[in-house]
Amino acid sequence: MAPPISPFPRPLPRPPHRTGQPNRAGAGPWEPREAAVAVGKPPRRGRAGERGAGGRRGGARRTMAAAAGAAAAAAALGRARREAPMYSKELTSKKRDEFEDILEERRLSSDLRYAMKCYTPVIYKGLSPCKPNAIKSAVLQSEQVQYVIKQLAKEMGESPEIIQEEATEILDEMGHSMQLGAVRFFAFTLSKIFKRLFQRVCVNEEGMQRLQRAIQEHPVVLLPSHRSYVDFLMLSYLLYTYDLALPVIAAGIDFLGMKIVGELLRRAGAFFMRRSFGGNRLYWAVFAEYVKTMLRSGYAPIEFFLEGTRSRTAKTLTPKFGLLSIVMEPFFKREVFDTYLVPISISYERILEESLYAYELLGVPKPKESTSGLLKARRILSDNFGTIHIYVGQPVSLRTLASGRIHHCPYNLVPRHLPQKPSEDIQEFVSDVAYKMELLQIENMVLSPWVLVAAVLLQNLPAMEFELLIEKTLWLKGLTQTFGGFIEWPDNLCAKKAVVSSLSLHSNIAQLLDGHVVLNNKGVEDGAVGEVVFKHALAILMCATYRNQLLNVFVRPSLVALALQMTPSFRKEEVYSCFTFLRDVFSDEFIFFPGISLKDFEEGCFLLTKCDAIQTTQQEIFPTDKGSVTLSFLSAMFRPFVEGYQLIFRYLWKETKEAFTEKQFIPGVRNFVFQLLEKGSTQCYEALSSDMQKNALAALVHLGAVKKKKISNGFTYSVNQEAVHKILEMFDARTPVQKPVAARL
Amino acid sequence: MAAAAEGAAGSGGRSPSSARRRLRIISGHLRGSPRTPERETLSPNPCKVQGGSAGPPSGSIPKKRQELLKWNGWGYNDSKFIFNKKGQAEFTGKRYRLGGMILPTFKEWIEKTFGASLEHKTTSRASLNINDVPPSVVNEEFIQDLRATKISYSQDAEDRVFRAHGHCLHEIFVLREGMFKRIPDIVVWPVCHEDVVKIVELACKHNLCIIPFGGGTSVSSALECPEEEKRTIISLDTSQMNRILWIDEKNLTACVEAGIVGQDLEKQLAESGFCTGHEPDSMEFSSLGGWVATRASGMKKNIYGNIEDLRCAPASIRLVDNAQFQFGHALKPQVASIFTSFLDGLKKFYITKFKGFDPNLLCVATLLFEGDREKVLQHEKQVYDIATKFGGLAAGEDNGQRGYMLTFVIAYLRDLGLDYYVIGESFETSVPWDRVLDLCRNVKERIVRECKERGVQFAPLSTCRVTQTYDAGACVYFYFAFNYRGISDPIHVYEQIERAAREEILANGGSLSHHHGVGKLRKHWMKESISDVGLGMLRSVKEYVDPNNIFGNKNLL
Repeated sequence: MAPPISPFPRPLPRPPHRTGQPNRAGAGPWEPREAAVAVGKPPRRGRAGERGAGGRRGGARRTMAAAAGAAAAAAALGRARREAPMYSKELTSKKRDEFEDILEERRLSSDLRYAMKCYTPVIYKGLSPCKPNAIKSAVLQSEQVQYVIKQLAKEMGESPEIIQEEATEILDEMGHSMQLGAVRFFAFTLSKIFKRLFQRVCVNEEGMQRLQRAIQEHPVVLLPSHRSYVDFLMLSYLLYTYDLALPVIAAGIDFLGMKIVGELLRRAGAFFMRRSFGGNRLYWAVFAEYVKTMLRSGYAPIEFFLEGTRSRTAKTLTPKFGLLSIVMEPFFKREVFDTYLVPISISYERILEESLYAYELLGVPKPKESTSGLLKARRILSDNFGTIHIYVGQPVSLRTLASGRIHHCPYNLVPRHLPQKPSEDIQEFVSDVAYKMELLQIENMVLSPWVLVAAVLLQNLPAMEFELLIEKTLWLKGLTQTFGGFIEWPDNLCAKKAVVSSLSLHSNIAQLLDGHVVLNNKGVEDGAVGEVVFKHALAILMCATYRNQLLNVFVRPSLVALALQMTPSFRKEEVYSCFTFLRDVFSDEFIFFPGISLKDFEEGCFLLTKCDAIQTTQQEIFPTDKGSVTLSFLSAMFRPFVEGYQLIFRYLWKETKEAFTEKQFIPGVRNFVFQLLEKGSTQCYEALSSDMQKNALAALVHLGAVKKKKISNGFTYSVNQEAVHKILEMFDARTPVQKPVAARL
Repeated sequence: MAAAAEGAAGSGGRSPSSARRRLRIISGHLRGSPRTPERETLSPNPCKVQGGSAGPPSGSIPKKRQELLKWNGWGYNDSKFIFNKKGQAEFTGKRYRLGGMILPTFKEWIEKTFGASLEHKTTSRASLNINDVPPSVVNEEFIQDLRATKISYSQDAEDRVFRAHGHCLHEIFVLREGMFKRIPDIVVWPVCHEDVVKIVELACKHNLCIIPFGGGTSVSSALECPEEEKRTIISLDTSQMNRILWIDEKNLTACVEAGIVGQDLEKQLAESGFCTGHEPDSMEFSSLGGWVATRASGMKKNIYGNIEDLRCAPASIRLVDNAQFQFGHALKPQVASIFTSFLDGLKKFYITKFKGFDPNLLCVATLLFEGDREKVLQHEKQVYDIATKFGGLAAGEDNGQRGYMLTFVIAYLRDLGLDYYVIGESFETSVPWDRVLDLCRNVKERIVRECKERGVQFAPLSTCRVTQTYDAGACVYFYFAFNYRGISDPIHVYEQIERAAREEILANGGSLSHHHGVGKLRKHWMKESISDVGLGMLRSVKEYVDPNNIFGNKNLL
């Protein structure tokens, strides 16, 4: 007799069309509480196979490992014990949940009644309910904070009371004060706003049900992707709609500038953190303890953004580890039995801040958050921003992730309240988990038809025949699905209709003129050369924002395609070492699970083989005859990054003589690229993006060609010209790639 | 090793009144010992007094253990839980307070908690099958040498099997359903220190392996014979070395032979007006030597060291969680009259309805106070004041007595469980105060989760209690049992779960063991616990003391 698993202990209240109240009593011998343990192990999707990724891939994988493995044995060995990431073997057959539109019901019934509905969220089983103020005083009185206060008092010769006072202020600045009234206010206004802005807000309902079970079982950490300010409003709105506990959210302190909104957000459960507080021990202690207290008590799910800030390029940013390591600590110290990490992918058909981002990337500063600014933004209310897709991923059990990884806890020999720098093992583990979560976000990120259109369009500028665009888009759709991309094609629309509706939604970016699709270049004809370049760059960057959503799905096969193009021979080892070089250079640009270069390579080769673009033998990799279209498309997709990086490296190689700061670097390189564009000696507009510029600089830093030094208020960089030149040569394939770079791996 | 030598135990002496009071309580549990030992006068040189050939001194446990004790379960032959013809649970025999009583709610509890059913019964083999027992392989020259020493010995199969195991679950399971691969080849009964010296000398001369045997209550696989041991294994049974050699009243120390079992030690000390204050659950059977070997001593030092201090500490504490409270309740005997039954109902009503305690959330602390009347009353009041402050309730002496009774009879319960597909075990740890709650919660949850993952069909009993307190931490005892119907290899599953539970304990900052010892069962984690250096130090001690590994039971290292 199999233990009956009770579906979920409390029925979800919302969906009216869903019948069949799951009942608690069906539990049988295992109580419902235990039944929910199974949440950590998905019944639907076989994630169990993840661990030994690659096992089932059979032949392709094994021959790879034989040849390329030899070259990379050393690199692979060191990382062997790491859990490999989650490349799914049967990408196309991957089963994903269905979506439901939550706005549909909002459009049919009263928002006011919705805002005033009976709201009794399910809670964590071990919860002792408490008020925000009780949490604050618990934090202040905690041994952890008191210890730091005493230490600081001793070091600075101040009385502990003064420092205690300071801690109280920090806590007040930071703390949330969730109140149901504010929540209801938001529920009402957001209903109104969202209905005007968006056509649909689609959610995978099963994900919400899994989340509901998880919340009762263990403390939950929500990890959404971050593309817009709408993210956290939407997520709270969603949880309210499904009668789940509202999360407490770590938000940047910039919001506090917005007087009323800041306060309202606070009452809706946001807590604020300073952007950087590495040096301030008191701040760190108070903040960490605040987060941990909420987590331990199971007061509410904790929500924060692994990416740290909104991604201006719609490309997932490399993760930040600080908050993640804070929320993991209670588990390491066994103050909780387990913690669930829930990756959430939020994707926008049209991003609210799209043009703001483009300006910002081109160096027109971002306006400071202010309430009046928000009011001015009202005009966007008349605009249409399409559909939002929110995919709530499978809750991942931290305990399961840690099993076998973290052996004997270093925390056992020291009192638990002493602040302790995490050991190297733990830091590495935190980093792996962060990347794993981001890869899960990417995996479940919905891609709209427009994303495909944008990717095709960018390769066919300045104008593209409409029919050809449709044909190419359809072709790309197939390829994306082969690579495991999650495409939501609205209501099985025919390709033409889908493209037309995408174009109309994004008419500010591109439009149909005389049977041709062109980028919207309003005001480009007149004006000075500089003006034209800027306008054109703006249009391209906005368009690129959408293509970018494909990149992390395509990066592994595409880098193989690029490597095939760059290496003169087809020898597997050479292709692999070129791949490794590219992967290394772009490791700040795209998301790679740390230390598994070989696996990434195999994954890329596997996918290319799957779409008949390449053939592999023991020693060699060949492009097939019909594969050339795919391969050249893939390398063209990443061409802007290759060229952009080359431009930026060339600037650093030639134009910088002495140490500089980031503030000097960005305008410098921007001018450099700008001039080249004006002269027409390059077409790489994307090199104007400050995001790419920063990433390229960071790449040189971790490749060792640029030295980064900490100074009082930031960092300075000094360039090793010769090393940069070497790297440039590798791009031009004048030097065999593996020697200097691969040797260091 | 320690068990083979005479152990000198500190006997915390105190006013005779306190010792007597303590003894009364103990004897309350052990009413009617089977035989009254004839005491010989204390003498510093017992070997001379008795002479090698004189009849063995009589303790509570005879040489032929099987005459008094179960061969395949815990404790006395005549004491066990059964379901009588009416299907009611009953405890047989007259040794314990519970003896002869009906336990009306027990059946329901065992059905509800484990999903066990009286219809599904396993049957242990009725008696030892001599043909299964590995043959005794003993070198003839050694036998001749041994005969010359006049030390009593036996190669009888039953005697040897009885000394091949402790009381771990898997060992009992083997007795019921299979046979050990390796057992001692010969059992010897030294009666004094010199006898032990002779035996060890002979073992060195013939290169044999010695495994000391005291009370046989080990729960760390310490008595298991290493399968790969090719030499003759001698089981050195210390049970006949059970005298107090001297008591130094000025310094409050005593010299006692290693084989004396707990109940005899207390009895004999009491005759001189002393007690040790050492009262493990197994005190009827476990021996002083075993206590020393597993470092069980000093368990109650915080009471029996400093009782004069004005400290508000009960002599003993049992703080149990809700699952164990319900369990204890299931062991409540049938009441004598309608009137008491009416009173019980009234009490239940008062507690659950009037005071608002939920029987599914309740937990209980049993406290034992010792001292003269004045002090006891004073302590009692202090404790009750604290309890009231935190919303507690004094449950009275009767409930407390039941709590203590449980500790002695609980070991018998496992044998009943085994008859109905329920296997279980207890294990312990010590842990700093600030981690006690986290550890209890996590270990219990881990057990439940592991059971589920390994296909256990019914949620297990996973419960804990705090049994000893120290200034720096507490000893936590876990009981863990589950219904194994539908599992093909229950012992393996059980061991995996117990192992996971121990890993959880260690990850939560608990110790490898509080007093059960490491033995073979937990030596896997020794390196983690005491580091390579620690292990190296132990190894070099062993290397120096016993270079030929005569004491080759392979424990600890």
